[in-house]
Amino acid sequence: MSFVYEKLFGDKKGLIGFCILAALILVVFPVMLDSFRLNLVGKYLTYAFAAVSLVLLWGYGGTLSLGQGIFFGIGGYAMAMFLKLEASSPENTAIQSTPGIPDFMDWNQITELPLFWMPFHSFSFTLFAVLVVPTIFAYIIGAAMFKRRVGGVYFAIITQVVSVILTVLIVGQQGLTGGINGITDLRTLNGWDITSDSAKTLFYFINCFLLLAVIIASRFILTSKFGRILLAMRDKEDRVRFSGYDVANFKIFIFCFAAMISAIGGAMFTLQVGFMSPSFVGIVPSIEMVIFAAIGGRMSLIGAVYGTLLINFGKTAFSESFPELWLFLMGGLFIAVVMFFPNGLAGLWEDYGHHLTKRLDFIKNLFSKSKSAADAIELKGSKS
Amino acid sequence: MSDKSDNQRSWGRRKVVRALGALPLGIILASQLSWAAPATSTGQAVTDDTVTVGILHSLTGTMAISETGAQEAEKLAIKQINESGGILGRQIKIIQEDGASDWPTFAEKSRKLLVNDKVAAVFGCWTSASRKAALPVFEKENGLLYYPTFYEGLEQSKNVIYTGQEATQQILDGLNWVAKEKGAKTFYLIGSDYIWPRTSMKIARKHIENVLGGKVVGEEYKPLGDTQFGSVINKIRLKKPDVIYAAVVGGSNVAWFKQLKAAGINSKKQTLLTISVTEDEVLGIGGENLEGFYSIMKYFQSQDNPNNVAFVKAFKEMWGDDSVIGDVTQAAYLGPWLWKAAVEKAGTFDVDAVVKASEEGDIELTTAPEGYVKLHPNHHLWSKARVGMWKKDGQAEVVYTSELIEPDPFPEGYQ
Repeated sequence: MSFVYEKLFGDKKGLIGFCILAALILVVFPVMLDSFRLNLVGKYLTYAFAAVSLVLLWGYGGTLSLGQGIFFGIGGYAMAMFLKLEASSPENTAIQSTPGIPDFMDWNQITELPLFWMPFHSFSFTLFAVLVVPTIFAYIIGAAMFKRRVGGVYFAIITQVVSVILTVLIVGQQGLTGGINGITDLRTLNGWDITSDSAKTLFYFINCFLLLAVIIASRFILTSKFGRILLAMRDKEDRVRFSGYDVANFKIFIFCFAAMISAIGGAMFTLQVGFMSPSFVGIVPSIEMVIFAAIGGRMSLIGAVYGTLLINFGKTAFSESFPELWLFLMGGLFIAVVMFFPNGLAGLWEDYGHHLTKRLDFIKNLFSKSKSAADAIELKGSKS
Repeated sequence: MSDKSDNQRSWGRRKVVRALGALPLGIILASQLSWAAPATSTGQAVTDDTVTVGILHSLTGTMAISETGAQEAEKLAIKQINESGGILGRQIKIIQEDGASDWPTFAEKSRKLLVNDKVAAVFGCWTSASRKAALPVFEKENGLLYYPTFYEGLEQSKNVIYTGQEATQQILDGLNWVAKEKGAKTFYLIGSDYIWPRTSMKIARKHIENVLGGKVVGEEYKPLGDTQFGSVINKIRLKKPDVIYAAVVGGSNVAWFKQLKAAGINSKKQTLLTISVTEDEVLGIGGENLEGFYSIMKYFQSQDNPNNVAFVKAFKEMWGDDSVIGDVTQAAYLGPWLWKAAVEKAGTFDVDAVVKASEEGDIELTTAPEGYVKLHPNHHLWSKARVGMWKKDGQAEVVYTSELIEPDPFPEGYQ
């Protein structure tokens, strides 16, 4: 039991927070929201993967990546390539000059499926690619940067540059990638209609379980010795290095792990939304992911999920109610959170969570001990 | 917070301020609650005296400048329809959503309009990318989209009515005109790098080479938003084409035409034909940078016919004297009117019935500002292509008008 408590949830408080989140996304949302809104929440929760990865990387690792969209995008594109190939069967694309290849290739005068698309006929390869390709890519970037002790703002800028390069590449090579339109019109997964409500609901739950599993795995990393080294590196990197640790390898590992988590989110995004486009790879989405983590509280895995939900709920709700003003309201929301809760939503919980428990105690005292309210206040006062 | 006595001391300014900070959260939570409310009816949002439609354009982001005109025109058309008694005795109510220049948002908002609001029709989208993102939603939820932009063709969805020109309608007659009028034999093609310019250029090249017997001496694509045209302009100088054929879009246009002018390439020395500049773009580019160059469109604001005079007057009354009206704005204006005609013919708002009525090929608008349009069974419009020569004041003089051209979204021999 102590293993479960300490390693997987942090402590009792972590367990409570985890259970509240699980109850919220697994029970409250599915019960309260209709299928359209639930699918929207599912979409938001895919961004939460990236936000959680940033808590690890930025909050604990002290390494700000402004390029998580790269990995979110690679994961999403890998899944989209598989689904697109399935949607481009010769029967479905009989109208094209070359049937059997994705429609955008046909528009771009490509007559043969490019070699790197071939393996994506296989679903198991696709799942493998979703996890491994971003990890390898992150390893290359990480090894190139961290081994040379590039860090801090330089690392942030370089990740941002990589995300721009990748966007330009995808947009420019539209015959191979679908260009600015992205890969659209994805309908089935192994013959199963993924646009139906039941499929969307199922994906929502798969998404939730994966997210919760990712949070547990991340917590396990953070509560292990590795997590302490991570924190130590953030606070005094040189001291860790002088103690004999190879700082670069630890950083590379956490960067790769963060990339993999983001990619899972990307793949789930493609499945639930039904398309992938370069607008998830560039600077803006990458920075938005940082905002999700910052609003949620960058030291809190669970807070990151709430941050993602809050910002995206806000986006949707404001833009539906005030289509011409919503950006100002979003700006106001950002300013309000940063000014009043500098530690994010998780900070709010830290600050007010104990008030809540105190108040619960107060009410308990009121009823069980039948004391006067004044006495109770005095009692509580003396406690705190 | 009711038991203030509990911790009165600590309720200082900071806490009040923090509570204020929580207000936006409260607003969001409140609006979330309203989400749970079921839609009013099982079918479409049609009551005894109203029918609800959606307008979905970008009000924010880079596309807002282009899409504003379209949504203004749609609102004008709907206002006019309402003033003339509505559709099937019902007044049209509008739910507007912001696509925010972001393709996934278009998909999300389309779904919201169709599933949550159950609108009878949606007028919206501008870029091909936004249409491609929204299209699966319209097909899945069986919605009806009126799409106003001239576009690359290669598409014909049951759930979309295309009120702009598809590529061959816009391109072929303009090329014929320039070959005949200017004796053009050599062409230099330049466009932004995405699906619409590439497809358009593919069609143009085939037509130039196979039909006109001309020669393409250069074909170049620049990334969206690129502002460096120096190298292209040098190549153009080297090749000395009879015609520069351009499909540069968005903000790049400003740089493209200013750099052309700076390089001394103007209409006195060079014929330039573009398929991507309307009155809206000229506002940004400046008429003096374009003077004497040609655009091929189906509509120009300066068109002198009673329909257009009335339309321009009504548009300026509603949206201000400074507003200009481009090709897409006019095509967007046709959307609600075409929908009205189809609904009245079908006698119902049901999408399948409206689509069926639209596909019979006899829905026409004699009151269209561009003159006369008719809906083809392939969901596109019969329309005329026009060549306009730009003047200093940002308006174009129509120098050529074609016959009515049949829409052909899947042109044989051009793919």
